[in-house]
Amino acid sequence: MSQIATGTTTETLTATCPECGGTITFARAPRRHEIVRCPDCGAELEVTSVSPITLALAPEVEEDWGE
Amino acid sequence: MRLTLLHTRIRTEERLLLDELERRGIAAELVHADEAVLDLTESFDARNEPHVLLDRCLSHTKALAIVRAFESRGAICMNPSKVTRTCGDKLLTTLALTDADVPTPRTVAAFSADGAIQAADELGYPVVIKPCTGSWGRMVGRLSDRDALEAVLEHKLALGGPQHGVIYLQEMINKRERDIRAFVVGGRTIAAIVRHSEHWITNTARGGRAEGLPVSAELDDICRRASNAVGGGEHSLLAVDLFEDPDRGLLVCEVNSTMEFRNSIETTGVDIPARIVDHLVEAANASAVVA
Repeated sequence: MSQIATGTTTETLTATCPECGGTITFARAPRRHEIVRCPDCGAELEVTSVSPITLALAPEVEEDWGE
Repeated sequence: MRLTLLHTRIRTEERLLLDELERRGIAAELVHADEAVLDLTESFDARNEPHVLLDRCLSHTKALAIVRAFESRGAICMNPSKVTRTCGDKLLTTLALTDADVPTPRTVAAFSADGAIQAADELGYPVVIKPCTGSWGRMVGRLSDRDALEAVLEHKLALGGPQHGVIYLQEMINKRERDIRAFVVGGRTIAAIVRHSEHWITNTARGGRAEGLPVSAELDDICRRASNAVGGGEHSLLAVDLFEDPDRGLLVCEVNSTMEFRNSIETTGVDIPARIVDHLVEAANASAVVA
């Protein structure tokens, strides 16, 4: 779910956590593949689309991942 | 300049880089590694425009393949594939550092359980075991005695893939609950932090606490040498991790080719993403002049 409040200067963007169903509010428009954490359940989530904003559980770290 | 940002996730680091690019009016094409489809037989991209690829991919295996393909199309890749290959494999990193006489902890590779036990007996306990590929302190173990080593080896060789058949063992350094991370951009050491932790693994990804560290001439020198050793140079963006050995001084532990820096901007006062973007632009401009 995404929501853009009209008639105000502040854009409100929200999405639903797929883990706990809580509402996540974004201070700014997220990018696709951005990682966010649900403030309610702490799940690590990935933005899978931006219009509307949808979230999925972030992929597990793979063995060859690193910096 | 044409800029491609290769990524797996848009984390704080990627967001900061994209914000910096946006501030300067530089458009970046975002390529998620899982979504890349590369025709390897496609002809050379002859567009008369510098093409820079910034590698922020988390997967070493995928990054290496994609970066190499972009290089073959004439893109300036940061880091170059030779750097990615070396930094993504601790065994290759150790060999590169040793070949260049850069001080590093004593390290032995073994290829069987018996060989690993022999190696550990020579290094002495406690001994550190690390996977050749991986990061963030994952699957790194401090083994206090032969019993512990045998247990880890049994699991590693039974459950791991073929890559676990290369057993990387390192002497335990008394690092006094701290280590150093230095950021090297284009061969210049631009900032450094000290990471403190009561845990012997000091990675900030594992809860280590960071504070800024002035870049001394000694630190700059060893970091430049480490950067050169892994094939870095004018196109390298590297984070060098170092221990302070009470007797031998600074030792380079590893060199990271897709550095994380979110905890190091405020602590050092250095705008690391801005310095990276500065470097991307400089490299593109230099390339355009040469062309």
